Amino acid sequence: MSLIILGELQTGMIYALMAAGLYVTFRILDIPDLTVEGSFTLGMTVTVMITSAGYPELALLIAIAAGACAGLVTAFLQTKVKIQPILSGIITMTALYSVNMQIMGGKPNISLYSAGADTIFIKFERLTGLSANNSKLLLISLIVAAVIALLILFFKTRVGLKIRATGDNEEMVRSSSINADLTKCLGFAIGNASVALSGGLLCQYQQYADINYAVGMVVVGLASIIIGEAFFGRRSVTIGFISVVVGSTAYRFIIALALQVKLFDPYWLKFISAVIVVIALSLPVLKTYFQKLFARLKNERGNA
Amino acid sequence: MSAAMLELINVSKTFFPGTVNERKALRNVSLSLKSGDFVTVIGSNGAGKTSLFNAICGTFFVDSGKILLGGKDITDMPDYKRAVSIGRLFQDPMKGTAPHLTIEENLALAYGNRGGRHFFAVNRKNRAKFKEMLAALELGLENRMTTQIGLLSGGQRQAVALLMATISEPKLLLLDEHTAALDPATAKKVLEITVSIVEKTKTPTLMITHDIRAALEVGTRTIMMDEGRIILDIEGEERKNMTIEKLLQLYSKESKKQLLNDRMLFEIEKQ
Ligand SMILES: Nc1ncnc2c1ncn2[C@@H]1O[C@H](COP(=O)(O)OP(=O)(O)OP(=O)(O)O)[C@@H](O)[C@H]1O
Ligand SMILES: [Mg+2]
Repeated sequence: MSLIILGELQTGMIYALMAAGLYVTFRILDIPDLTVEGSFTLGMTVTVMITSAGYPELALLIAIAAGACAGLVTAFLQTKVKIQPILSGIITMTALYSVNMQIMGGKPNISLYSAGADTIFIKFERLTGLSANNSKLLLISLIVAAVIALLILFFKTRVGLKIRATGDNEEMVRSSSINADLTKCLGFAIGNASVALSGGLLCQYQQYADINYAVGMVVVGLASIIIGEAFFGRRSVTIGFISVVVGSTAYRFIIALALQVKLFDPYWLKFISAVIVVIALSLPVLKTYFQKLFARLKNERGNA
Repeated sequence: MSAAMLELINVSKTFFPGTVNERKALRNVSLSLKSGDFVTVIGSNGAGKTSLFNAICGTFFVDSGKILLGGKDITDMPDYKRAVSIGRLFQDPMKGTAPHLTIEENLALAYGNRGGRHFFAVNRKNRAKFKEMLAALELGLENRMTTQIGLLSGGQRQAVALLMATISEPKLLLLDEHTAALDPATAKKVLEITVSIVEKTKTPTLMITHDIRAALEVGTRTIMMDEGRIILDIEGEERKNMTIEKLLQLYSKESKKQLLNDRMLFEIEKQ
């Protein structure tokens, strides 16, 4: 059981970077970004190839850059070609499927394990001499803490503030000297860079990449964001990023627990994620509905 | 003549020319503002007041004429480039501020890097400046600098928006009925704040208002627009001797028709 807990903690934190990337577009820019499924896989495919070639650290850096490029494409379609946000994401995601296949040389999945390639986790274990699980947890914690800290700091800089303002009041930004198209591009690049890094890390962690791995990933990311907000509420960006990590980890535990007690077969995972998101998104509507209902009941009782 | 800060020369703009919907929003408008001018702008609905601002800001390009700001021809300059030197406020307090950013973050956004290059947008140095500016508003906002602006009242938001519009020391300030959406007491307060900021910063200002009394009491000069034209431009003695009644007479004399819209009548009945 404790191994399971450790495992969920590790994957939960890796996925937190994906959810954090989605947080940048979904919450900060206030635009749903479906590029995520493509850029997550892009992170995986880039990483699996470069890691196989013997450069696991470089692999992650290239994954970050590739993710940023994917985000830029979506942002370009939105701001310059004026395609609707959701459609722009779908277009990029669809095109990335072919790109990802090409990167993996036409194979739908590749294993790092069978190739005997070193990953950053194997290297770090050798370096620290810790047990496999502890060293993995330590390395993941360090990377996630560093990335989240960077994101938090970045969104407090002048440029970061402009990106947040763009998502908050675009009309105001457009009538000021800020170039809203540029800030959107930056936000999409940063968001998808974080998503691709998440994919790259997961690839090295699991030692394989699969072309279909990220199907349904947007909903998983949204569920993580929403669960995090259930703990912390929707407040500043700083708390937002931290709550995303908590939400992502909590999500893993909820799912693992449900699987443990054999509540459902694993293939129901995506359905459950979808339901979580629907419930969370409908909360405001439900709240006003119940408030009205209670008010009416009270009135009726008062009149009776 | 002292150097004009803003100069409009024969500016015209027609919407949908040659169609049944043709609207001549501006007709040969010429206007010159020197530094220290605080001009109140009056005129009935559809007179072209907002269009005048839009032309100056580059929201649309004018059909003919020239616009100069600080001696520089900006007639063909895109709006976002002009925005650097023009502060603008709208009637809707929601338009000028970002609701989920804090007061200090909103101010930092407008302040840019004028406080020197710092890693953080809000830093110790500009925070001190913001605090001082907010304190001058006398709304107690200097103690709520980390509050999200969306939680403030309309009047408080508009006051902060006014700071944001002037903090970057623009060459020109444009106020489009910026107190119209506020309750009378708050509107009065925001107008007082406006006057003190404009007088302190000496920013050339154009202020559209439907409150004729305020139009005569506030500022140094008053212009009246009708059907895309400036039909009255008074300052100094002439303005001092102007009364609301005379202005209204002039109003109907110059435009040769009954122009009073309901809102103006309403304002006058109140007084
Ligand atoms: N973007 C536009 N497209 C078409 N017509 C416009 C546009 N902007 C303004 N107009 C027209 O130009 C004329 C002047 O409008 P403007 O908004 O400048 O009036 P205003 O003096 O600001 O009036 P109000 O007191 O109601 O704000 C009106 O007839 C209006 O319908
Ligand atoms: Mg108007």
